[in-house]
Amino acid sequence: MMRLVFALFLLLAAGLPARAQDAFTAALPGIGTSFNATAAAVDALGVAGDPRALPLLQALSENRLLRRADGTLLVQTPDGARDIPGGAAADPAGAETVRLNNRVRVALRVALGRLQIIADDPEVRLAAVQGVLRSRSAADLPILETALARESVPRIRAQIELALAASRLAADNADVKRAAIAALAANGSDTARSILLESRGANPALSDEITAAVAAIDRLLALRRAGETLFQGLSLGSVLLLAALGLAVTFGVMGVINMAHGEFVMLGAYTTFLVQQACRDIPWLLPWSLPLSVPAAFLVAAAVGAIMERGLIRHLYGRPLETLLMTFGVGMMIQQAVRIVFGAQNREVLSPPWMQGTLELPLGIMVTQNRLWIIVFGIAVLLLVMAAIRYTRFGLEMRAVVQNRRIAATMGIRTGRVDALTFAFGSGIAGMAGVALSQIDNVSPNLGTGYIVDSFMVVVFGGVGSLAGTLVGAFSLGIVNKVLEPYAGAVLAKVAVLVGIMLFIQRRPKGLFALKGRAADQ
Amino acid sequence: MSDTPISRIGRRAALLGAGAALAAPALRPAFGQGAPIKVGVLHSLSGTMAISETALRDTVLMMVDWINGRGGLLGRRVEAVVVDPASNWPLFAEKARELLQVHRVDVTFGCWTSVSRKSVLPVFEELNGLLFYPVQYEGEEQSRNVFYTGAAPNQQAIPAVEYLMSADGGEAKRIALLGTDYVYPRTTNRILRAFLNSKGIADADIMEEYTPFGHSDWQGIVARVKRFAGEGKKTAIVSTINGDANVPFYRELGNQGIKAEDIPSVAFSVGEEELAGIDARPLVGHLAAWNYFMSVQSPANTEFLNMWRAFIRNPRRVTNDPMEATYTGFKMWTQAVTQARSTAVDAVREAMYGQKVDAPAGYTEEMHRNHHLSKPVMIGEIQADGQFNIVWKTPTAIVAENWSPFIPENASRRRG
Repeated sequence: MMRLVFALFLLLAAGLPARAQDAFTAALPGIGTSFNATAAAVDALGVAGDPRALPLLQALSENRLLRRADGTLLVQTPDGARDIPGGAAADPAGAETVRLNNRVRVALRVALGRLQIIADDPEVRLAAVQGVLRSRSAADLPILETALARESVPRIRAQIELALAASRLAADNADVKRAAIAALAANGSDTARSILLESRGANPALSDEITAAVAAIDRLLALRRAGETLFQGLSLGSVLLLAALGLAVTFGVMGVINMAHGEFVMLGAYTTFLVQQACRDIPWLLPWSLPLSVPAAFLVAAAVGAIMERGLIRHLYGRPLETLLMTFGVGMMIQQAVRIVFGAQNREVLSPPWMQGTLELPLGIMVTQNRLWIIVFGIAVLLLVMAAIRYTRFGLEMRAVVQNRRIAATMGIRTGRVDALTFAFGSGIAGMAGVALSQIDNVSPNLGTGYIVDSFMVVVFGGVGSLAGTLVGAFSLGIVNKVLEPYAGAVLAKVAVLVGIMLFIQRRPKGLFALKGRAADQ
Repeated sequence: MSDTPISRIGRRAALLGAGAALAAPALRPAFGQGAPIKVGVLHSLSGTMAISETALRDTVLMMVDWINGRGGLLGRRVEAVVVDPASNWPLFAEKARELLQVHRVDVTFGCWTSVSRKSVLPVFEELNGLLFYPVQYEGEEQSRNVFYTGAAPNQQAIPAVEYLMSADGGEAKRIALLGTDYVYPRTTNRILRAFLNSKGIADADIMEEYTPFGHSDWQGIVARVKRFAGEGKKTAIVSTINGDANVPFYRELGNQGIKAEDIPSVAFSVGEEELAGIDARPLVGHLAAWNYFMSVQSPANTEFLNMWRAFIRNPRRVTNDPMEATYTGFKMWTQAVTQARSTAVDAVREAMYGQKVDAPAGYTEEMHRNHHLSKPVMIGEIQADGQFNIVWKTPTAIVAENWSPFIPENASRRRG
């Protein structure tokens, strides 16, 4: 009798976990048979409440889950393959990785989100909330409410509230729905607007409320859009500025029509690639390979520029047409040389982690990190160039030679050396631009050709010989281009900008900031 | 070009070849005394298209080695004549004329961009040459002097969009058509728009944008796609972006946080060769539609891969769809020549119709009288290693509709 009671007790005690185990094991056979079945199994595992579901789903999302032909599963771990369930050491031979498609990935994000919403790591929690947000299901209300009660990080709380509103909008109670609509309108983000629009079909009775909420968000959206367009314009402007700064020195100050200017930019980009390759073996240095490339690219491009000036260009001063043809030819030679050395395939320069992703500014304006850094870099380079020209001995000599070569020579300035240094300086700046462009464009032998026309355009528009003109010219062209783009398309916007510049140059042949006085009359 | 010398040589070569085959079971393949059969190779080996077309030149050279290793064709040795049209469209026409009139080639394998094909077309028609064109294209063409071994729109673009609209593809209700500004994307998108309209997708739910070749500033367009996707309906991107502009495009998608699960994109010009040079990790889950992927499991593909790696002496080199189309086209041409017992263009053309090849794609592909190949359609997801995971394919090979029913002007043509 006692034994029977004891057996019954054991059975009861085992009862609860046994049911959970059933839900877990019942879901397993579906995994890997078809994308549909895998997605269904993932959904089931996300709500099964079994502690073994999380490692299994993580393994699946990281392509570490394998399936044998007989349907049994095993997982790859750092210390070898293990059977599922059971956990005995297994032989992965003959088993195939369970494949994912986007549908399974969505199911995984939702399921992992449900399981990890109260994890310790705030980044994991944030990703989890964003996963649950995708479900838009009233069934998630209890876990979201629990999570909100425990959450202390404001950023994550905001996301949980958004997910709560989305789930409440899927609930049955009309008052709960109204509250959710109000919450979404207050949230004001693009996601909130999208959730509202999605729910319109399922809630014809609340159509007026939803429309009003969307209209409220739209007012904010107009501001946000303007802010983003401005940022995009500044970003394009900074690229133009970087590409044109070197030319502002070689063409603007020295008057050399340098068609090989783009190739110096390209050399800078390839230097960045080489520096990064050299840093690859030293993991802690890798994220800093980009800042290291800046002086390297300057030196490489400056050296090539100095050789070109001393070897060729100085023999052609005062003969613009010959200079144009010669630099064009040299540019093609540099391009082909790079193609022979590095191959015609593009080279990949990795972005360091601090240049990836987006940053959210007030009003919900999203800006991409890499573009933000390039704007900062462009302005820093401009300040550097201005300082070098104004405050250094070399800058003084350079200005003297430009203003009056003969008198400068009689003062003891070696004008030939100053010419070479000035040209090398301008080329080096182009090389530094190459470092930035390697982050947003393809590092290929013809990288430079895409920027040569834009660079001349900026320098001529801004006023030849004026650095301030180059700055204003670059940013105004960038912003005008980006304001036009949504209406005219990328191709037509560019054409419109070109036509605008042609008309402007007709009216003001010397550009925005025309030099006055004797220097301008030469 | 007169037919007489070729057929005379053909007869003599056939005799000699037969004699040689009877007399000498030699270790090395024995060739007759006949002049070699000449195969023209018209692919850019320099300029912007060199990246893609060089691999096709190598594929033709590999096939020439292959056929010579089997004793040549009609007992004659096969010889490749390689010219370089240098990604320069008018030069394509000049080089085509040189191949046909100076070198007197029997067949030409060549061209990649539609504009290069349009440039050589009049030359091949005037001189009655024979061109095998191995790249997917916009259709709306059918020349008696060209065999098209790449896909027509109904063998690539339309099934890909159908996939995006299916449950597995994410049930897209809004489509953003992004492309490079030239004939192939514009024609393809015209067909796709008509197709989408026929499926009940209104013009308001279609976004269409074009960019110049080599475009690198995608921030505005990607931001607009994001807004377009935020209108409460599932959205997908159909990309006919060509060449290396794809790299900054995908990078911008990644930087703006658009994942394939949110807004999937399907590309028609991104293959294994294009992915070989870039970090594919941010692209995982984005799609491409082709008629062949290197990851296809089939005996014919194993043979193709082994042959390619042995020829190029690099076990890591990838294959792609246009290479497979070149391989299949070359095999088909050798079969037609053998059947016609001649390399004369008119005879080979007749023999080509109905030729079948077990293609590396894992299907039997047949040349139809519309000069296009029947092909299977496959959708692949980009994997972190730059290969494709095939998530969908047609059960059988699809017959090409080179005159798309979604272009109204074609209605009379198809009936006629």
